[in-house]
Amino acid sequence: MTDGTYNYAYLDEQTKRMIRRAILKAVAVPGYQVPFGGREMPLPYGWGTGGIQVTAAIIGRDDTLKVIDQGADDTTNAVSIRRFFAKVAEVATTTRTEEATVIQTRHRVPETPLSEGQILVFQVPIPEPLRMLEPRETETRTLHALSEYGVMQVSLYESIARHGRISKGYNYPVMVNGRYIMSPSPIPKFDNPKLDRSPALQLYGAGREKRIYAVPPYTPVKSLDFDDHPFEIETWEQCCELCGSKESFLDEMIVDDDGKRLFVCSDTDYCERRRTLPEAAE
Amino acid sequence: MKPLLSAKGLTRRFGARVACRDVDFDLWPGEVLGIVGESGSGKTTLLNCLAGRLTPELGSVTYDSAAYGTVDVHDLSEARRRLLSRTEWGFVNQDAREGLRMGVSAGANIGERLMAVGARHYGDIRRTASDWLDRVEIERDRLDDRPTAYSGGMRQRLQIARNLVSEPRLVFMDEPTGGLDVSVQARILDLLRSLVDSLHLSAVLVTHDLGVARLLTHRLMVMQGGAVVEDGLTDQVLDDPQHAYTQMLVASILPV
Amino acid sequence: MMNTTSSLSSGPRASSALMSALEARGPKEHDGPVLKVAGLTKSFVVHAHGDLALPVLRDVALAVSPGECLALVGPSGAGKSTLLRSLYGNYRADTGSIRVHHDNAWTELVGAEPRTVLDVRRRTMGFVSQFLRVIPRVATVDVVAEPLLRLDADPAEARDRAEFLLALLNIPQRLWPLPPATFSGGEQQRVNIARSLIVDYPILLLDEPTASLDAGNRDRVVELISQRRDAGSALVGIFHDLGVRELLANRVFEVSP
Repeated sequence: MTDGTYNYAYLDEQTKRMIRRAILKAVAVPGYQVPFGGREMPLPYGWGTGGIQVTAAIIGRDDTLKVIDQGADDTTNAVSIRRFFAKVAEVATTTRTEEATVIQTRHRVPETPLSEGQILVFQVPIPEPLRMLEPRETETRTLHALSEYGVMQVSLYESIARHGRISKGYNYPVMVNGRYIMSPSPIPKFDNPKLDRSPALQLYGAGREKRIYAVPPYTPVKSLDFDDHPFEIETWEQCCELCGSKESFLDEMIVDDDGKRLFVCSDTDYCERRRTLPEAAE
Repeated sequence: MKPLLSAKGLTRRFGARVACRDVDFDLWPGEVLGIVGESGSGKTTLLNCLAGRLTPELGSVTYDSAAYGTVDVHDLSEARRRLLSRTEWGFVNQDAREGLRMGVSAGANIGERLMAVGARHYGDIRRTASDWLDRVEIERDRLDDRPTAYSGGMRQRLQIARNLVSEPRLVFMDEPTGGLDVSVQARILDLLRSLVDSLHLSAVLVTHDLGVARLLTHRLMVMQGGAVVEDGLTDQVLDDPQHAYTQMLVASILPV
Repeated sequence: MMNTTSSLSSGPRASSALMSALEARGPKEHDGPVLKVAGLTKSFVVHAHGDLALPVLRDVALAVSPGECLALVGPSGAGKSTLLRSLYGNYRADTGSIRVHHDNAWTELVGAEPRTVLDVRRRTMGFVSQFLRVIPRVATVDVVAEPLLRLDADPAEARDRAEFLLALLNIPQRLWPLPPATFSGGEQQRVNIARSLIVDYPILLLDEPTASLDAGNRDRVVELISQRRDAGSALVGIFHDLGVRELLANRVFEVSP
């Protein structure tokens, strides 16, 4: 109990147990979307209700929490969620990737490689990768159940036919453990390779659609492609204006009224560490 | 030789109405079977029962599968039935919009079955799709157009290509030329005829048009009120009809 | 049956060498009849007219051997055409037996499965009718070649043979790539004859094969058919033209109502 009003980590124990069961099932069947009885949270859908419920169900007093939004620790949403858990779960918080035991994220995977024992919690707006191709839920479930994924490949074919290449830059579909096609949430495809055989546990929570899915540590995650149009990540001519990184995912910013553009790391922790610790930069 | 498809005692009701009653037949490899009769005679229900899309109340459908041997279509797991229906079978709908993905290009429509069974080379898929456009007499440069930009006849030909690209052994067709202009119909009939011949397809074709039946089928079953009232060699049924209903059907055709 | 088609690969022109090549080909010899009919009865029941039954054939029996041409004779309405169509399976016999020598065995056609009848038609028994049932949009040369292609013949050879027959039957070369739908009656009939004769059927049924032909073309057709007969095909036909019947038939069969 924190202030006598809310249960530890906001959710009641029954709910947390129910979510944990869903998580266990999701871990047991990598990439499979497990329905769960999502609760109303003190923030609107689209702000990370799914991620928060997953975090609330797994967090304990010994944990250290990091929250990022588009790679940044300092946006309103990230700060609010961090403070929320500091208050209701009495956990330490950090912005340092390697110090965190639980990292809740919206739309990015940290640049700093994750390690065993860490848990990455994704906030997912639309969990169903086939939704844009097949609107009927009963049918998408059948397609997953039967591994009938021709239609997903059709969408990639169509992309090449229209744009000369697979134009999808975000939410790029992956095949998990050779069985289920999964939406990696709207991370840039740049981050897809980091999901493959990651030592960290990946949990995905979709609040509005009430689905949880997971990728256990060291699970193969393959980005879909064609033999003659292999999966590729984006690259930049520029390097980060602040830390000089050539390897990280860059955000393009317009910094004055004349339209001057600047490229900076999207991962603020990574960028800051490179600037403050010279050995981190090389 | 074994029949490719066998129906035994197929019966299906909708409420109190009997849609098909106690239908028995064997379809042999290379045969094209026509099911004729007026609207409401149970043709389409029978076709859907045969193709596993509708479960009959009584009776069975067995299919001699290349991959699994002789199987009971309605006893198969859904996974196998769906796999069969996109590898060894084809289904041509009367309304091409039901059989096509209207939101993606012709190439993607044709390529889907290939990708569904593991084709992962864009260039090869595209080449095959393009060859099939050619076979169904659609200009190759329409490959990247969506079917929404196609005429009715072209859509139907695209649907045929989309079904035949996986080289099925058995094709179900539900009024494949219904609702099309006569000149467009002729082209599709001729196309189907030559494809059935060159690919050694077996087919079950539902039509109410006896002219279509004469051109495309080897054998006819005449249905009335859900029951098969006559069956036999197509030209024999049409030139020497035995049953009163068949005689009436044949007599109602306007001579050309 | 198809093993001598290669001798025709020299092209469409009807040379005498090709004519004799055509002549030399023919069904395998078989002793005795290849078509046997016994107790054949056929009537038509018209349900629209109070199940009115019209008996046409009663207890017909006949047999035809290779090299024979049997002419069906009798007054109009006697059932010649009905008999011929019943032999082909186009009309359904009520009772009796129609047996053909097919695949070195006797095959019963009365009550046979459609696929059995179709197999007999594909390989053993041809039918030359007066009318061509036109397939829309198919080129004349392909219409003619089709029966041979159904027997898995080489497409180039089938085409050569189709062109050869079309030339022989005086169909102008410029018409070959066109669908026959717009041809004159005589031209359509000759296309039909070419189509029916492209396969060397051991049994050939002929329904007025020369009905709407001029004298020159009639002679060509008669010559072609008699070559088939002499090469060992068994023929059954209806020939109203007495001259034609004289030239082709070596036996007559009276069909009485």
